Order: sequence, then C-alpha cells, then structure tokens
Amino acid sequence: MTLNQLLKAAWGGLTLIIAMAGEATALDGKAIFAEKCASCHNVTGPAPTTLQGVLQRKAPDLFYAGSKFKREWLVRWIQSPTPIRPSGVMFLNHLVTKDGKDSINKETVKLCSSKLSAPDAEAVADYLTTLKDSKMRVGVVDRGKKFSTSRAVQLFTKQYPCIGCHTVKIRNKEAGGVSGPPLTDAGDRLNPDWVYARIENPQYWDPKTWMPKIDLSHEKRETLTLFVVSPK
Amino acid sequence: MKRFAVALGYIIAATALSPASGQAEPAEVIYKLYCVQCHGTAGTGQGINQTAGGLAVSARDHASAVQMSKLADDEIRLAIAKGGDAVQKSELMPPWGKVLTGKEIDDLVVYLRKLCQCVVAK
Repeated sequence: MTLNQLLKAAWGGLTLIIAMAGEATALDGKAIFAEKCASCHNVTGPAPTTLQGVLQRKAPDLFYAGSKFKREWLVRWIQSPTPIRPSGVMFLNHLVTKDGKDSINKETVKLCSSKLSAPDAEAVADYLTTLKDSKMRVGVVDRGKKFSTSRAVQLFTKQYPCIGCHTVKIRNKEAGGVSGPPLTDAGDRLNPDWVYARIENPQYWDPKTWMPKIDLSHEKRETLTLFVVSPK
Repeated sequence: MKRFAVALGYIIAATALSPASGQAEPAEVIYKLYCVQCHGTAGTGQGINQTAGGLAVSARDHASAVQMSKLADDEIRLAIAKGGDAVQKSELMPPWGKVLTGKEIDDLVVYLRKLCQCVVAK
C-alpha cells in the first residue's frame, strides 16, 4: 500500500465515521414528540365527536399543526410554554358558579409541563410542520393586503359575535370574552390561511367546537382574517 | 365531458371542508357546549363571557320566567337558528342553525322552558 492509498483509506474511514455520527445526532422530532408531548396532544386525529370526548381532551389537537401554526412561533413556545387560553383547553372543565355567576377557576387551568431544549424544539417544530391538512386551501390570504381596520372592528364586534368569546386588542385596549382563545398575538401564532379556513368552517376542524359556523362572503372572511393576524 | 367536469366540480366544492360529523346530543349537552359560555351554568345570563366583560349587551336570563314568558317558542327557535339579529336583538347571539339540527333546536326550546319553568304568556 502506497502512502497515497493509505491516506485515501484513512480519509474514507474518517468521512464514514463523521457521516455515522451525524446520523446519530440528527434529532428525530417525531420520537421526541412521542416521548414528551403525545400523552396530551393528538397528532393522529380525528377530533372528538362527543361532549365527553371534548371534556377529556387534555391539550389542543395537533394533527393539523402544520397548517395551523407558524413554525417560528412553535420553536419559541415549545422551549418556553406560556398560557394561551385563560379558560383552559375547555372552559367547562374549569367553571365555578357562585350566586348564579360563572367564573374560571384559575388553579385548575394547567400549563403545558414539557419544556424542550432549543435543538429538540427545532426538531419537534419540523415534525409538526409536516402535519398538514390536505384539503385546506393555501395562498388564500395575502397578509400584506391592505384592509380597513374600522370595518374589521365593525365586523368583529358589532355585525358578528366574534368578540363575545375572543379577546382582541382594539386601539391598544384589550376587549372580549374568554371562552375562545385570545387573538391578541394570533398573527405570531397562526397561519392566515388557517384562520380563514377556521372561520369558514369551525366544525371541519373540530366537530364539537363551541364556535358557530356563520356564512360570510369571501371579502368579510378575508377582512376578519387580516384583522386577526395583523400586529396589534 | 364538460357536463361531467362541471358535476365533478360541484362534488369537489361540496366536499371541500365539509364538517366532520359530530354525534347528536341531548338538549342539556347542547346547552352546556354552546350556550353556557354566555348564558351560564345556571342559565341566568352570567356565563364567563358575560362575567369577563366580553359582552356589550347582556346575555338573556333563561331562568327568568318574567323574561322568557314574553317569548313565543317560534321566536326562541328563530333566535337560536338565525341569531339575535333575526329577532331584533344583539348580533352577539350567534346563529346556530348551521351547527344544530332542527330536532336539536326543538329539544333546546323544550329545555329552555324547563329552565324558566314557564310557558309563553297569552
């Protein structure tokens, strides 16, 4: 064996070792999810079809996470979960009634107990972004499109009942109900096309959601979507 | 062929994002899932959206015989199916006609009459 051959063989061995090491350290988001997240989140579907099922759901369904969420937001949130819904995943599980008045028992609303490292969060976010709904239309909403905020506020708060359940920021002031998730930071969290599709047919995503299905024109749905995802 | 393509288009349009079917539920379950968020567990109009200050117009007190006896069954049915706007009330009351079946709405009316322990005043 010449020196040249020896060097080639050594180089070959080295690259093989590097490749193998790379393989071993490439993080498997699906496996991490299975270990850290799958005991609460559903990634296979379908969503519950009975009230009983809805009451037993521990965390939001993620089988369409890739259509719903923005990857950057997922990466951040998975590393440091913060409360999103003040009424929990399902408000009925956290009600206290006193003198005929309902309120939320904050002590029973539990925050996600998993907290992942940055590399693990990246891997899980990569995995979640693969979980896409095949029927959802994409490219429907152009986030940069101009819209009338005053018309959007009119639709959101007066003409349709959105504000009854969702908290939003209007003129720097938070307002709205609490049985649905707050939408104050929805633009960071949600894909505009999903917001549009969710307004279009809430029961497609979640047959027993407590959000009403209301027929709206494309223009109204688009205006509401742009308002919901616009920076507040 | 063209006709076939048009028909296929209709089928695709009809199936796009069609709701996954939830199972039919009795009236008390329907009330819990859709009504309690604003009208409250006790039906007094003091649900979490009301007590959190989300509703600019108060949710109706379903437990009040005085208020509820003013409403005919058909008016209640219309308010549930088409929303507050259809009965000259607040748009904050959503239309549920695309979510609930006619039978479920009829059952809800019966349930509401139990909550108020009242009938419509003649």
